[in-house]
Amino acid sequence: MTTDTKTPKGISRRGLLKTGAAATGAIVGSGLITGFPTIWAQNPITLRQFGTGVSNINAIAEKCKADLGITLEMTATDSDAAAQRAVTQPDSYDIADIEYWILKKVFPAGVIQPMDIKRLKFYDKIVPLFKTGKLKPDSVIAQGTAPHTVGYVEAPGDKTFANGETQFFTMVPTIYNADTLGIRPDLVGRDITSWADIMDPAFKGKTSILNIPSIGIMDAAMIMEALGNIKYADKGNMTKEEIDATIEFLIKAKQDGQFRAFWKSFDESVNLMASGEVVIQSMWSPAVAAVRSKGIACKYQPLKEGYRSWGGGLGLASHLEGAQLDAAYEYINWYTSGWVGGYLNRQGYYSAAMGTAKEFMSADEWGYWIEGKAATGDIMSPEGKVMEKAGAVRDGGSFEERMGKVACWNSVMDEDRYMVRRWNEFIAA
Amino acid sequence: MTAIITEDHTQIEAAGMPGLIARIGRTAATLASYLQAGPLTLILGFFFLLPILMIAVVSFWDYDFAGLYPDFLTMNYTDTLGSWVTWKTYLNTLKYTVMVWGLTLLIGFWVAYFLAFHIRTTTMQMVLFLVCTVPFLTSNIIRMISWIPVLGRNGLVNTTLIEMGIIPSPIEWLLYSDFAVVLAMVHLNTLFMVTPIFNTLMRIDRSLIEAARDAGANGWQILWNVIIPLAKPGIAIGTIFVVTLVMADFSTVQVMSGGQSASVALMMKNQMSLLQYPAAAANAVVLLIVVLSMVSAILRVVDIRKEL
Repeated sequence: MTTDTKTPKGISRRGLLKTGAAATGAIVGSGLITGFPTIWAQNPITLRQFGTGVSNINAIAEKCKADLGITLEMTATDSDAAAQRAVTQPDSYDIADIEYWILKKVFPAGVIQPMDIKRLKFYDKIVPLFKTGKLKPDSVIAQGTAPHTVGYVEAPGDKTFANGETQFFTMVPTIYNADTLGIRPDLVGRDITSWADIMDPAFKGKTSILNIPSIGIMDAAMIMEALGNIKYADKGNMTKEEIDATIEFLIKAKQDGQFRAFWKSFDESVNLMASGEVVIQSMWSPAVAAVRSKGIACKYQPLKEGYRSWGGGLGLASHLEGAQLDAAYEYINWYTSGWVGGYLNRQGYYSAAMGTAKEFMSADEWGYWIEGKAATGDIMSPEGKVMEKAGAVRDGGSFEERMGKVACWNSVMDEDRYMVRRWNEFIAA
Repeated sequence: MTAIITEDHTQIEAAGMPGLIARIGRTAATLASYLQAGPLTLILGFFFLLPILMIAVVSFWDYDFAGLYPDFLTMNYTDTLGSWVTWKTYLNTLKYTVMVWGLTLLIGFWVAYFLAFHIRTTTMQMVLFLVCTVPFLTSNIIRMISWIPVLGRNGLVNTTLIEMGIIPSPIEWLLYSDFAVVLAMVHLNTLFMVTPIFNTLMRIDRSLIEAARDAGANGWQILWNVIIPLAKPGIAIGTIFVVTLVMADFSTVQVMSGGQSASVALMMKNQMSLLQYPAAAANAVVLLIVVLSMVSAILRVVDIRKEL
């Protein structure tokens, strides 16, 4: 065994380190590393918005800059982190883009200031769902943290919510939707009409629910009630006994092999459905669109028990005042003036001020997305991709049919901590 | 060593001289070694010990969704240790650890043995060893996720078997099962077993094997009585790698079991994503104690320093 001790001719280790260090230095020096907030010399107004990401869309920031000259700095986090940030770092944001159940958690901390509806140009256009809880006068108010229950306070500075409409609005609603089960119509082999169908022994090992406790428990509650196992007083605020019953039911179903997997992220739900591992599962509407865009049949199945709904809005940070506060009102008025609403409607979400959004949509788009009519031409996504071919009809039909059948809203329970602990037991079981 | 020699030297040389020089020499030597150890101590102190201390401290704090409150509560520990979920999760994690350890040891030893004793030239040994490491040039996550299209219901394995007429319907337990978790973990961790074992096998003096053969030992006897005892330090190092990696794994378990199985680290990740940091910290402390006792048990059995 002879050991060769030639000096390496290529790149020596030391040489590599040196070049590497020099290159890093050069990159730092040349300003190639970006991501630091840009300071716009021509316009000093910057609003910092943080939130759960659904509506943190770059196109909105760009359009806002073009229309108003206001620079929007957006930060996206998950919902738990958003709740925490809202309370613990109230000076780190100007606009909170959060869901209503998060608002219920954070508002009592005094970090959000209510808005005077007299300064909201399009307050009258906001759908009544967010004011009275009823989409139409004869609608039934859904369970859970319905937005109108946390929508108003009697006076600025109040920590508790008002019972009805007042002059002080806690958040301007921006984006919301109705969630249901997604199915593979080519693989289920029968009509799906109820949340209970996910427990059909025929689909054993071919179902999935989402593993995000606060939302998963609601889907489970919809299933339990549809099966006739239990009647909840309020699915959005269960008692310990109701939580126990629900979790025990889930554990039993898991041990019987009813579920194929539990998903946590958007892409997991898309892959489970697209690969045929699962034929019926909890799903979000953009995930259904993503499966369909692969050329695979997937349906966002309306169910007779109704939808589980969620909604978010924009809240003003307490520290806003003077020119900043004026800019924030200006931004919110712009947000509800239609362009953003049209954009969100075209993504398959709903805008809170439907009347203004209509002016920014073509008649065909309005017909397909909102009125539940068959599309006369191809339906494009806001980014310009074909989403549906001509002739397609939206799953679940019109806005009124879908949002009129909300059974419960995403919510935060009083027994939240207990529920999460039991949910972990279900996953470990 | 140098310090001691100089010291002795000075003492002998300057037996009658004032002890001052000797003392200065000794202090300088001590100081020098402290200076030499300084940087590492600082780095380990700041980036390793301090964070662990922080975790230990936070594990006694109180919390709600909005923040952490300094306190001294044992609630996080009683909640963790008092729940059957924790015990079940630990058992499950240990089950994975034992299975993965056994399989990686078997495969790893086999590969290392082949490389060390059946490949004649050093060059070829190195080439083949590098071939073993090629898959490790891609990311862990990608290597793990690529199993999904292979094992799925309509995946490569099932489609092939069905088309060949071997099975009538897809095998369900290939994916989202313990099988999938263990398979992916073995795939991810075997190299950590191969490397140290290969290293110790290469250091075995070949004349020992010849001597054993001359003394009449057959192949198995040589393997059992000569090679394996000498490979123990490598096996122990590989075991430490594999055990610590599997005990701390969360992504493999989550992805390959489809969220159906729990592991200790996954439990912590769930708690952290719900901002229950003190609970996760308490869990981390418990896991640290468990893993450290496992490692010290391994070190009790095998003296790894013997071969380093």
